[in-house]
Amino acid sequence: MWGGRYSVSGKSQKYTEAPIKILLAKPAIDGHDRGIFVLAKAFRDAGMDVIYAGLLPTPEEVVDTAINEDVDVIALSLLNGAHMTAFRNVMEILKKRGVNDIAVVGGGIIPDEDKPALERMGITGNFGPGTPLNIIIDHIKARAREIRKLRENEY
Amino acid sequence: MDNFWDIKAREIMQSFTEDKNYEKWKETVLNPWNKKTGYKDKTMENSSAMPVKELYTAGDLPRDASERIGYPGEYPFTRGIYPNMYRGRNWTMRMFSGFGTPDDTNKRLKYLIENGETGLSIAFDMPTLYGYDCDSSRAEGEVGKCGVNVSSLYDMERIFDGIDLSKVSTSMTINAPAAILTAMYFVLAEKKGIPLEKISGTVQADILKEYIAQKEWMYPPETHLRLIRDMLVYSTEHVPKWNYISVSGYHIREAGSSAVQELAFTLADGFYYIEMGINAGLKVDDFAPRTSFFFNSSINFFEEIAKFRAARRIWATVLKEKYHAKNPKSMALKFHTQTSGYTLTWQQPLNNIVRTTIEAMAAVLGGTQSLHTNSYDEAWALPTDDAVKVALRTQQIIAEETGITDVIDPLGGSYYLERLTCEMEIEAYKYFSEIEKMGGILEAVKSGYLQKEIADTSYKKQLKIERGDDIIVGVNKYVDRDEKPINTLKITDVAEKGQINSLENVKKNRDQSKVSRSLEELHKAMEDDRINLMPYIMECVRNYCTLEEISNVGREIFGEWKEPKIY
Repeated sequence: MWGGRYSVSGKSQKYTEAPIKILLAKPAIDGHDRGIFVLAKAFRDAGMDVIYAGLLPTPEEVVDTAINEDVDVIALSLLNGAHMTAFRNVMEILKKRGVNDIAVVGGGIIPDEDKPALERMGITGNFGPGTPLNIIIDHIKARAREIRKLRENEY
Repeated sequence: MDNFWDIKAREIMQSFTEDKNYEKWKETVLNPWNKKTGYKDKTMENSSAMPVKELYTAGDLPRDASERIGYPGEYPFTRGIYPNMYRGRNWTMRMFSGFGTPDDTNKRLKYLIENGETGLSIAFDMPTLYGYDCDSSRAEGEVGKCGVNVSSLYDMERIFDGIDLSKVSTSMTINAPAAILTAMYFVLAEKKGIPLEKISGTVQADILKEYIAQKEWMYPPETHLRLIRDMLVYSTEHVPKWNYISVSGYHIREAGSSAVQELAFTLADGFYYIEMGINAGLKVDDFAPRTSFFFNSSINFFEEIAKFRAARRIWATVLKEKYHAKNPKSMALKFHTQTSGYTLTWQQPLNNIVRTTIEAMAAVLGGTQSLHTNSYDEAWALPTDDAVKVALRTQQIIAEETGITDVIDPLGGSYYLERLTCEMEIEAYKYFSEIEKMGGILEAVKSGYLQKEIADTSYKKQLKIERGDDIIVGVNKYVDRDEKPINTLKITDVAEKGQINSLENVKKNRDQSKVSRSLEELHKAMEDDRINLMPYIMECVRNYCTLEEISNVGREIFGEWKEPKIY
């Protein structure tokens, strides 16, 4: 099966065609999961392989799952105002573990003024409420393409 | 075999008549007109996927309409639970508030009281809602962000500093740690020298709804339900003006349900709590009058009003016929309403004032007992003083300027509204029947059935918006290209640091031996299901045990909870 980076051996063409594997996570204590279920269904309908980290994972647990499941993209979402702490923690743990080939995108109630700082951490998108699903999906596809290109060069 | 619910649904369905004149009008007047004007009629439906006709007539009323609608203040309470409704007294204007430190929140509460608010309603932050202290690693970045932080009795003392608990009624939106926060409020009254018989208010404490929708829990359902039982029994005996529960549809709706799902799942939860009280040995009329409800008021105007009226009629019918209540107060469903947060848009936020106004009118026309109106900036952050004032003024304008409150239930008898009320009832009874066949509400929750129903409805709604079938002004129609940012309330990390320091002080200054002893006693009591835990929790609170220390006793014994996979 395609989708695992370690299963790729000179067949990068097919690898890039495999479904995008994405982990959806709310890396803090926040029970507002309406949006994440809508996204899960929409991403699945768009042909992605979707994993949901469940409620209340710690940033460590999010990173563990992403690595174990070998995902292309982590999609972080928070509506509780703690994104600057929780998202940063996820990025720092990824960095500490030397992971640089998983794309991270964000969304939720994220004020415009926080977006540049999140971008600098490497979290792109940072979509607010009312963003059409296709814009989010296109962004994820673009990020996943970048990541897969990066991995092709690595392996 | 038909169950109670199937029988009730059939009764209503069989009460509908036919209006031959309506068919004739369609054939001879409407259809030719549409043809002539080139109008192509389309099927329309409301949020609950019920078809909506172009016109409602006398034929849409049930045959026994006058009994089903009844009079205000009497069974089946369709037209309101009080005989004179708002002619006698307006609903309580109760703005949901809380942010930052207890001192910040104390200031906001006093600001609202000065501006004419008539009841208090406290919003707690995420760590508090999940039973963690402000210094927990789980709380990092979240202290005071979505509500006020409360880690010990000391924080409660500061929130209510200078506020007379014997004069205001307080509503607390807290669920998983509800017993602990309730204990804090009771102990606070005790410390201020106010007898428990004199304090009034409501604690949400609706844990079933948490598993269904809001997802803020600490333990497995059974443990939380036991704590609610203990609160119910304790307040029945000691705090007669305390509503031990506010059965909440609000969050079910916000999580994506339709109006009918909100109605059905909330009432099904309510029936469970009634059975819990009866199983705990109480008589239904001893506690049912203090069961209160909390509904959402969303944007589909008539659907919302019908939902409130249907809720009252179902509750009255079921309490009387299934649980054999004798006291009309047990049958009268009283409820708080909040306008819908989900309908607020981040785009063109001033439009939210209009949405909130319409939703507030639906709540008032639906006969609510208290109301929170959302502030226009809440799709961005917690509200600023200015925004919350407009939201409160919205209620005051409806109450004082519009004349809506001059007449009791002014929409009663509307062909459309009465028909829709009946249809809502039927659909709710169908869900009750379905839930009963699954083994009851607790089983339905554990299996993820209700959660799946809600997520499906929510996804369908989103796809409708994406396709442009559902219009959201400013989002998928009449979009502004260059929107200007608005002022928002910022909660800095200063609140977190301040709370952590204050908690350290509390821990330094308390009697450690009393702390350990009361926690140990709570531990012992928790292991025996027959013991009422409220006095034990109150003793912990008195000794300034923290929220997390008390919560952890249950976590040690009962473990944590993982939700069923629902997608």
